[in-house]
Amino acid sequence: MSKGTLYDKVWDRHTVTTLPTGQTQLFVGLHLIHEVTSPQAFGMLEERDLDVAYPKLTHATVDHIVPTADQSRPYGDDAAETMMAELEENVRDSGIVFDDPNTGNQGIVHVIGPEQGITQPGMTIVCGDSHTSTHGAFGALAFGIGTSQIRDVLATGTIAMEKQKVRKIEVTGELGEGVTAKDIILTIIRKLGTDGGVGYVYEYAGEAIENLGMEGRMSICNMSIEGGARAGYVNPDETTYEWLEETDAFNDEPERFAELKEYWESIRSDDDAEYDDVVTIDGSEIEPVVTWGTTPGQGIGISEPIPEPESLPADKQETARGSMEHMRVEPGESMEGYPIDVAFLGSCTNARLPDLRAAAELVEGREVDPSVRAMVVPGSQRVKAAAEEEGLDEIFKEAGFDWRGAGCSMCLGMNEDQLEGDEACASSSNRNFVGRQGSKDGRTVLMSPIMVVAAAVTGEVTDVRDLEEVVTV
Amino acid sequence: MSDGPAEIVTSVSGTGVPVRGNDIDTDQVIPARFMKVVTFEGLGEFAFFDLRFDDDDNEKDHPFNEPQFQAANVLAVNNNFGCGSSREHAPQALMRWGIDAIVGESFAEIFAGNCLALGIPTVTVSPEEAQALQDFIDENPDAEIDVDVENETVTYGETVVEATADDAQRKALVEGVWDTTALMKANAETVREKAQSLPYVRDSEIPADD
Repeated sequence: MSKGTLYDKVWDRHTVTTLPTGQTQLFVGLHLIHEVTSPQAFGMLEERDLDVAYPKLTHATVDHIVPTADQSRPYGDDAAETMMAELEENVRDSGIVFDDPNTGNQGIVHVIGPEQGITQPGMTIVCGDSHTSTHGAFGALAFGIGTSQIRDVLATGTIAMEKQKVRKIEVTGELGEGVTAKDIILTIIRKLGTDGGVGYVYEYAGEAIENLGMEGRMSICNMSIEGGARAGYVNPDETTYEWLEETDAFNDEPERFAELKEYWESIRSDDDAEYDDVVTIDGSEIEPVVTWGTTPGQGIGISEPIPEPESLPADKQETARGSMEHMRVEPGESMEGYPIDVAFLGSCTNARLPDLRAAAELVEGREVDPSVRAMVVPGSQRVKAAAEEEGLDEIFKEAGFDWRGAGCSMCLGMNEDQLEGDEACASSSNRNFVGRQGSKDGRTVLMSPIMVVAAAVTGEVTDVRDLEEVVTV
Repeated sequence: MSDGPAEIVTSVSGTGVPVRGNDIDTDQVIPARFMKVVTFEGLGEFAFFDLRFDDDDNEKDHPFNEPQFQAANVLAVNNNFGCGSSREHAPQALMRWGIDAIVGESFAEIFAGNCLALGIPTVTVSPEEAQALQDFIDENPDAEIDVDVENETVTYGETVVEATADDAQRKALVEGVWDTTALMKANAETVREKAQSLPYVRDSEIPADD
């Protein structure tokens, strides 16, 4: 059993009591809500005549269904309009702050929390969304929950949970050219499996992680769930504190910042902390990763061949065969050269300012291949505004990318942005499940934002490192 | 089922339906486009929708379409079932289709937690036993299967296999305390003290005592 880790410390600080089930009743420091998974929970509260217990520790936004092209109300999609209206009514009745699109603060829930400084180290954070693990980048204990659990949190400010084991994943060394945080997490999931993290919380550590900015750390923690771990975190450090100091939460309150920093320091994993498992990965050996299949664990380095199903663990072979059939790829082939129809740069994994900057830098002076439909969907209205301030939008538009409003968009196809038929998509999102991007025959290839750009301009999956060589001539 | 006091679920009996495959994610259990709703009502018909119907809404081969499984309430699955999205719409759709218990090799955590919140046991058996159960159901669609949560067994035909129900799940279902809202609400005062003890929670964020 783990001892002295950030997970142990934050867990203990938030433990209310042990329930008759043996589960721990855990205090929730921040409850983020959005339009898809919360309306039913509010309905349950109403049925039981209960109020929201801690409305001021609750924060709402709209992201999944919000259109990214025409956002005028009522929305063109009646179902989306109904969901939005329901959320508006619920937050109004309960006194919950709501970052709707009129505030300029709207965006994907896992982008807006960090950018406003609502997300802080040493907090417990929940949201009815599996990518809540993102907030662990700040040293928070953050995990996704279902709607009945949302009801629990709304009604009581707490959640019933069982304590998990802690696996430390140490990524050593320096990342190579063209290798990003996305490639690290896809490598981790490939090595440990999509169910390797079940029962565990992941602590990401080591030089390659510490050298990342907050956005890169968020990309990694974000996809903990794709590795089966409900939560993942990075211990807070100076990089974390520098980010927080600049946010709305602390702009005007340097004293509070200093006071809380003591707490944040205190919840870092001890040097002699004990872990249930430790895994070490050499970061210098990672190359840009793309997926060839229909689970996020089916990734390969861009120069590697697609594996023979027989070479995979027994329980993954059948899935692999099905995935290959869906993706129309064969063992031994490379993913390089795989033709794509759509390029999607967005999602809670990779739609923050540095992602867009790196992508724009590569796009500049190039054009999207005429066969490709390409779009950039910033993670939040603030990211969008900041990008426009720097002129990134013009660079993307000039190259042939569509420049959209903030939302989840084509990551999960709940708004108008969807794949059609059997289109193949180079995507900076997090899931390549069959049907994920709105078409059951659609084919998703997960990769980093700069790899999405490389694919967009060539019309096929391309090693971004080769792209750079060609252009610097 | 989400309303009122929780019921005791010591065991679930009924006929089975096998859904084969590892890593069946919740996007497959219920595609996102069916989540554009503000209640869970009516989700049952959309369970496994894209696996059950083609583009023209013609039925495809899928156990949930087979007439012999229409009355089934025990779902038999394989490895890492319910991975991916946290959508409770997934177990809600299965429950509303008729599923009361799920037996499999392993389950994704959030999915299993969501099932528990609905009083649906998710018990695990070995990979071989999961497949054997699926084979049995295919051959004997009318045979009764008993998922005993209290004693952690799954019984079908002449066979009794040892199953595992996670400790908290077992206790919650067997003692009928799986609906945690009331249970946790009763500790409101301790919760308030906990809130006050946390450095990042402001006094103004803690509602006045009622």
